[in-house]
Amino acid sequence: MATPVLKARGLNRQFGHVRALDNTDFEVYPGEVTALIGDNGAGKSTLVKALSGNLSVDSGAIEFEGKPVVLANPAEASALGMETVHQDLALAPHLNPVQNVYLGREIMRSGLAGAFGFMDDAEMRRASRAAFDDLGATVRSLSNQVGSMSGGQKQAIAIARAVHWAKKLVFLDEPTAALGVRQTKNVLDMIRRVSDTGIAVVFISHSMPHVMEVADRIQVLRLGHRAATLDAKATSMEELVGLMTGANAGDAAA
Amino acid sequence: MSNSTKAPGMGPETTAIAGIDAKETRFTKLARTQWLQILIVLIAIIVLFSIAAPESFPHWGNVRLIIQNASILAILAVGMTFVIVTAGIDLSIGSVLVFSGVVAAMVMRAMGGDGWGTAIVGIIAAILSGIAWGLFNGLIITKLKVPPLIVTLGSMGIALGLAQILTGGVDIREVPAVLTNSIGYGNVFGTVPVISVIALAVVVVGAIILHRTRFGLHTFAIGSNEESARRVGVKVDRRLIAVYTLTGGLTGLAGVLSLSQFSTTAIAGQTETNLNVITAVVIGGTSLFGGIGTIIGSIVGLFIPAVLQNGFVIMGVQPFWQQVAVGLVLIIAVYVDQVRRAQASRGGDAGVWRHLLARRRG
Repeated sequence: MATPVLKARGLNRQFGHVRALDNTDFEVYPGEVTALIGDNGAGKSTLVKALSGNLSVDSGAIEFEGKPVVLANPAEASALGMETVHQDLALAPHLNPVQNVYLGREIMRSGLAGAFGFMDDAEMRRASRAAFDDLGATVRSLSNQVGSMSGGQKQAIAIARAVHWAKKLVFLDEPTAALGVRQTKNVLDMIRRVSDTGIAVVFISHSMPHVMEVADRIQVLRLGHRAATLDAKATSMEELVGLMTGANAGDAAA
Repeated sequence: MSNSTKAPGMGPETTAIAGIDAKETRFTKLARTQWLQILIVLIAIIVLFSIAAPESFPHWGNVRLIIQNASILAILAVGMTFVIVTAGIDLSIGSVLVFSGVVAAMVMRAMGGDGWGTAIVGIIAAILSGIAWGLFNGLIITKLKVPPLIVTLGSMGIALGLAQILTGGVDIREVPAVLTNSIGYGNVFGTVPVISVIALAVVVVGAIILHRTRFGLHTFAIGSNEESARRVGVKVDRRLIAVYTLTGGLTGLAGVLSLSQFSTTAIAGQTETNLNVITAVVIGGTSLFGGIGTIIGSIVGLFIPAVLQNGFVIMGVQPFWQQVAVGLVLIIAVYVDQVRRAQASRGGDAGVWRHLLARRRG
């Protein structure tokens, strides 16, 4: 089997008396959509924070493309080609979609104008439009404030931003939680299109139908520990729910 | 697992997303801009005074006086706009202005002479003093995480106190003649005050930096969502320190201009400067919650109190009414901003006027 883009072994993280991560293993393969599911408090968000450089672990090892790495902050994860779409999306509501996509990584004009801090707005606009179109994202205006847009459009912008910068891996934390039916379908389509380009996707969700629809591989977390890794084609909703809740014990480790 | 059987959030959003931007034309967007609404108010005030006092109000001599009086405040308003766009505040500007003027006056007195050499050293001393205070404010706010309101309230007291300690509480009135003659009372084209030309240059450059450069964009991003700016790699602390330092430097410049104009350090004369400048910036449509604002709006906002005061004096109305009127304008401006923000966060875009009308009917 191919080398995982990202692999974690034996991650532990304690918050006071709570063991958020309990010897957790995890791996993601290129071009695959890996769903990460689990009940509330199972440690999904904690795991993603640890893997994206947003949280340090007490112990455990992370490998990126087979090489051990330490992810001290999100910038280091970004430098490796990994981007995260947080549940709160982390968009600046008063900026427009283009400014949000390029915030912190603006394209400057060449020569003296660039040295004085002037940006190449036309190029950023063109590239953002292309990025939205590639994903089939419905962003109707590039010049309006993101804050005035619908939840679906905001989500599309946040995902497009992550995909635009991610070369290897995108984490999506509950991307469909706040969306209506049609927006959810758009986001799921988008996820498929991203993985078709060879970028690995980690998709955190509560929603079994969404997971079944879009994932290649499903990892179930329970009480901070990986309860099972399943092929999405060969499992059923009943099995997943059973593993999440602990009703059926899954693999021996659980 | 209720989520597994039911699709979440089947809200009205599905139908609402269409058409938000469709009816968004250049004109309606422009009309929603607060500084344009305020400009209309300003023009209305000017027209009213011109009709009421056609003999004295609408004449260049009077207009020149209004512009000259507003010039130093305009420089301060540029810095304050940057600060408020980051969702910060700077209460220390009046005191820093005085402190910078005192340092400049003392340096120039120590050097002696009435020439440009002394004047230029004085100007540099004032600007450096302002920069030092801005740096102090910025470092405490970002590194010690003390809220800007408190930091600048503290430095407001410290700067004024130090200015009084330096002078023993007595104003310094020795200012090189070249400063007062060329900058303080000087004119361009025989009639435009030099101070106003300097202020205009600061306003234009400030507007370009805020609205056209990466630095300006990051200023808005920090005020809009500091955490998201940090996550995508904007150097938030460094930008904030730069914003407060910029404001400090401009305040230092204002200090030496004030010294040139009034030939005195006027230690007791700046107690309300901070609030007057904040009022102007907020009336001009810059949101105290950050992320929204324009330099041009702040300048328009500055002229409303200035024109009201001038007009009331000319018409023989007690000038105290100016304070009443400005207070009302301020409250209305912030109310309009609140409505606008509430609407934006709800995802709607119906516009302030429609909201106001709807509320009245309801």
